Amino acid sequence: MTTTTIDDAPFIEPSATAPRNYLNDEYGVMSWLLTRDHKRIAILYIFSVTIFFFVGGIFAFLMRLELLTPEGDLFTSDTYNKLFTLHGIVMIFFFLIPAIPAVLGNFILPIMLGAKDLAFPKINLLSWYIYMIGGTFGVYVIIAGGVDTGWTFYTPFSTQYSNTHVFAVTLGAFITGFSSILTGLNFLVTIHRMRAPGLTWFRLPLFVWSIYATSVVIMLATPVLAITLVLLMVERVLHVGIFDPALGGDPVLYQHMFWFYSHPAVYIMILPGMAVISECVAAFTRKKIFGYKFVAFSSLAIAFLGFLVWAHHLFVAGISIYSAMIFSFLSMIVAVPSAIKVFNWTATMYRASVSWQTPMLYVLGFIGLFTIGGVTGLFLAALGIDVHVHDSYFVVAHFHYIMVGGTIMAYLAGIHYWWPKITGRMYPEWWARLSALLVFVGFNLTFFPQFLVGYVGMPRRYHAYAPEFQVLNVLSTAGATILAAGYVLPMIYLFWSLKFGRKAGANPWGAVGLEWTTPSPPPKENFHETPVVTWDAYDYPAFLKAMRETQNA
Amino acid sequence: MRNPTLYDLQHPGAAGSQPADDAAAHHHPFLQHHFEDLGQQHEASTLGMWFFVAQEILFFGGIFCAYTIYRVMYPAAWSAGAHHQNWKIGLFNTIVLIGSSLTMALAVWGAQAAKRKFTTLMLVLTLLLGSAFVGVKGYEYREHIHEGLFPGSNFTYVHHEDPSLTHGIELFMVFYFTMTGLHALHMIIGAGLLIWFIKRAWRGDFGEEYYSPVEIMGLYWHFVDIVWIFLFPLLYLIH
Repeated sequence: MTTTTIDDAPFIEPSATAPRNYLNDEYGVMSWLLTRDHKRIAILYIFSVTIFFFVGGIFAFLMRLELLTPEGDLFTSDTYNKLFTLHGIVMIFFFLIPAIPAVLGNFILPIMLGAKDLAFPKINLLSWYIYMIGGTFGVYVIIAGGVDTGWTFYTPFSTQYSNTHVFAVTLGAFITGFSSILTGLNFLVTIHRMRAPGLTWFRLPLFVWSIYATSVVIMLATPVLAITLVLLMVERVLHVGIFDPALGGDPVLYQHMFWFYSHPAVYIMILPGMAVISECVAAFTRKKIFGYKFVAFSSLAIAFLGFLVWAHHLFVAGISIYSAMIFSFLSMIVAVPSAIKVFNWTATMYRASVSWQTPMLYVLGFIGLFTIGGVTGLFLAALGIDVHVHDSYFVVAHFHYIMVGGTIMAYLAGIHYWWPKITGRMYPEWWARLSALLVFVGFNLTFFPQFLVGYVGMPRRYHAYAPEFQVLNVLSTAGATILAAGYVLPMIYLFWSLKFGRKAGANPWGAVGLEWTTPSPPPKENFHETPVVTWDAYDYPAFLKAMRETQNA
Repeated sequence: MRNPTLYDLQHPGAAGSQPADDAAAHHHPFLQHHFEDLGQQHEASTLGMWFFVAQEILFFGGIFCAYTIYRVMYPAAWSAGAHHQNWKIGLFNTIVLIGSSLTMALAVWGAQAAKRKFTTLMLVLTLLLGSAFVGVKGYEYREHIHEGLFPGSNFTYVHHEDPSLTHGIELFMVFYFTMTGLHALHMIIGAGLLIWFIKRAWRGDFGEEYYSPVEIMGLYWHFVDIVWIFLFPLLYLIH
């Protein structure tokens, strides 16, 4: 028998010789559907959110096709209303909110803490099932004929006039909310109670701080959406006037309650993105993050301030000018902690030996696009400009710069960064760089023209528009095509890499962090022995010293 | 290993203060594999329930907020709506529920003291009192529906002294049914958990080292009681 090492062999049947890990520990469908392993649950989430991402993407693409020409010639206005509604609902409730926390957070967070699992593994699995039940309602609504209220379900249209499937879709959103609440709760308890010996709060990776802030927002904001949707469903079923002014209700109260959740939900989407970016910046600059404590506390500041700005969605809904001024001021304050993060990431890169692997390309994209999205958010926080551009494509471009340019860029950065840890294989670098380039170019070509066309007056949510807006709309649709190619490409090469990718070692990036001290893919209980942390976050010399001592011991 | 927690100080010997190679401390039948010791497991589950209660406060907080706004919008109608409630039944139910909180607290004490029969008895009493509450609530609902007070197309009630208040009273009843209905739903979920815990308590699962399920059940039960302590004056007493 020859003594080939694993690295020499091109491909080895996992069951025969590979070391036991979470992927080959058990086989069979039930070992996945009933698993309590946070890593396997993360894989279940990868599949589910990816499906919803492409469903939501198809709706977006159909809208862009319709908007190629000024006439509303491809879809009727009713169908178009359903397209943008379903695009919003699927992307927000079923992709953006769960994407980074439930996939990357689930997989990486317990390993970063040196824990064997999340605090409540059964509840973790339960939250995936709750998500899937909510998602089933979403799919049912899509098949049964759609819903046309916009993702915000504004009353009284949603409760009294729309004759589409409002009840089923709000029930789906209500149910899915509990999935995020349970995930957030699980993360919070795990971060508080399951840290490895020596892992003090200020030694935590910044990913953990940001996910912590996200979980606080999830846990305190989502129940308010739940009760709001309960009231909406009661009004729709009983035809009573909770929010319908014709029956004595107050529609603005609905908007207040809805945005009390849905504005913090923006931070539920972007804070996990910032979590990933901090990790990647530290790994690919090989430096400590500049101003660690500022970045850590800015996450908590964003989470806190995020609760105080909701009424900036209501500037034209008839709220008092004095409260509008206060909410305008508070909305601008949120820019401070966000800017602290951007400045600290760039300061970390200054005079560092940056290596330009794919995750770092996405990070660069994120920093630029998030800055544009954030600065245009300041425009919208200013009362005068908001009245001018309200409900125009300027708003659409602004929040897509945050959600797509920010969150999805960060999600892709994270998927590439931790792909070797999750699968034990490297993705193909050339193709990944190409797709990062396509995403960046496609994204800007899609959404930058929307700033321009919105500023000169094109309203959102119409299938027809004035002919002078056509050039910018054609550019936008062309960009969407490139963007779509940029999103399909990773699907192909990541699947390819599962079998043909180069084998990754425990620490392919030479990065600091507990997740890089355990084999790729990790064993079922994450570590063979409970690790002891003796280094500060991103402290390369201390980490290398600790690793050498472990090997010698 | 980890830093000592409050649980460890109260339970010297139960937690990781023992040497790591002491197998007894690591093989308690209810110690889950991903925790170091029972102390960590206890702290985690208690903290989890506190966080859950925090999100419940926001859940009920949303509807209390909406309630307040409409109370200010329709003061006369809401006063009439509250006046129409039978406060004696409400008071009776309040006493029943506070009684169930007492038996629940005694059950937690019994579980900590490893008194198997006492714990089971107290949990059964909690279940009976909770069911009595829900039963009385059902009786009240039946009376309201009988009077035509259920909102929507079945709403036939007319306020005789001032018919213009009728519409506001319907809105009051929307909130009455939604708030008490959500509260009753929490009671029913609690009752389901109690049945499971009665079985576990009778089997002798709980003792000095392992009683956290009963304790967090108690946290939940007391929280649901406190919600009622707010609902009772808001829906029955304030005129």
